[in-house]
Amino acid sequence: MIVPIDFVLLFFLLVTAIAAITLKDLFAAIVLLGAYSFIMANMWLQLGASDVAFTEAAVGAGTSTALMVAALSRLSRKARWEK
Amino acid sequence: MNPESTGYKRDVIIQTTAKLMVPFILVFGLYVMMGSEGTGGGFQGGCILAAAYILYVTAFGTEKGRVMMPESWNTFFTSLGLYLYDGAGLVAIILSLAAAQFLNYSAIWPLANILGIAEARGYMVAFVVDVGIGITVMAAFVSQFFDLAWKEKEEEKGE
Repeated sequence: MIVPIDFVLLFFLLVTAIAAITLKDLFAAIVLLGAYSFIMANMWLQLGASDVAFTEAAVGAGTSTALMVAALSRLSRKARWEK
Repeated sequence: MNPESTGYKRDVIIQTTAKLMVPFILVFGLYVMMGSEGTGGGFQGGCILAAAYILYVTAFGTEKGRVMMPESWNTFFTSLGLYLYDGAGLVAIILSLAAAQFLNYSAIWPLANILGIAEARGYMVAFVVDVGIGITVMAAFVSQFFDLAWKEKEEEKGE
C-alpha cells in the first residue's frame, strides 16, 4: 500500500501551493513555498528520482528560500494589490 | 525599511546554533560535492556550501559575513571554478596529445602513469570538475544573496 502516501503528499502539495499564492503575508508565503519545495522533494523521491529530489531540497527548500527572505527585507511584509 | 520587518534582535540561541551547525553543513556540502557514489554533484554541493554561509550571515549579520568572505572573493571564486572546469577539460586534450575530446576523462592515460594508479585515470579529473562547478555555484549564490541583503549605512538609518 504505497499509493496513499502519494495522495497525501499531493494533497499537502496542493494545500501549500494554493495557500502560498493567496496569503497576503509575504513572509508566510515564502515559508510555505519552502514547505512546498520540501514536499515536492519527497514526491520526487517517491517517484524514484533521487537526484532531482536532492537538487529540489538543496535549491528549492534551502537556498532559494533564503534568497527570497533577503529580497523581502527590502519590501514591506504585506502584499498590496488593486481589487 | 519599515519597523515592522526589522523588529528582530540578534539572539544568542540562533548564534550558538549557527556556530555549531555551520562546520557540519560545510563538511556535508563537501561530501555531497566529492562523493562519487549515489546522488549529489557539484551543483547540489555548492548550494549546500552557500546555504551554510547564508546561515552564518543570518545569525551574525552582513558586516561579520563580509569579513568572512570579502566581496572581491566572489569574482575570484566564480572564475576559479570556471577555470578548474575548463582546465580539467583541456587536460584531457593536452595529455592525450589531441587524441581525445574535451572532458574525455578516460583518455588521460599519461597522468595515470605518472600517478602510478591505473584506476585514477578520469577519477581525479571528475573530482576536479565537480569541485569547479561547486565553487562557481557557491560564489554565485553568495553574491546574489549579498546583492539582495546588503544595505548601505545611509539606507539603514533612513526610514
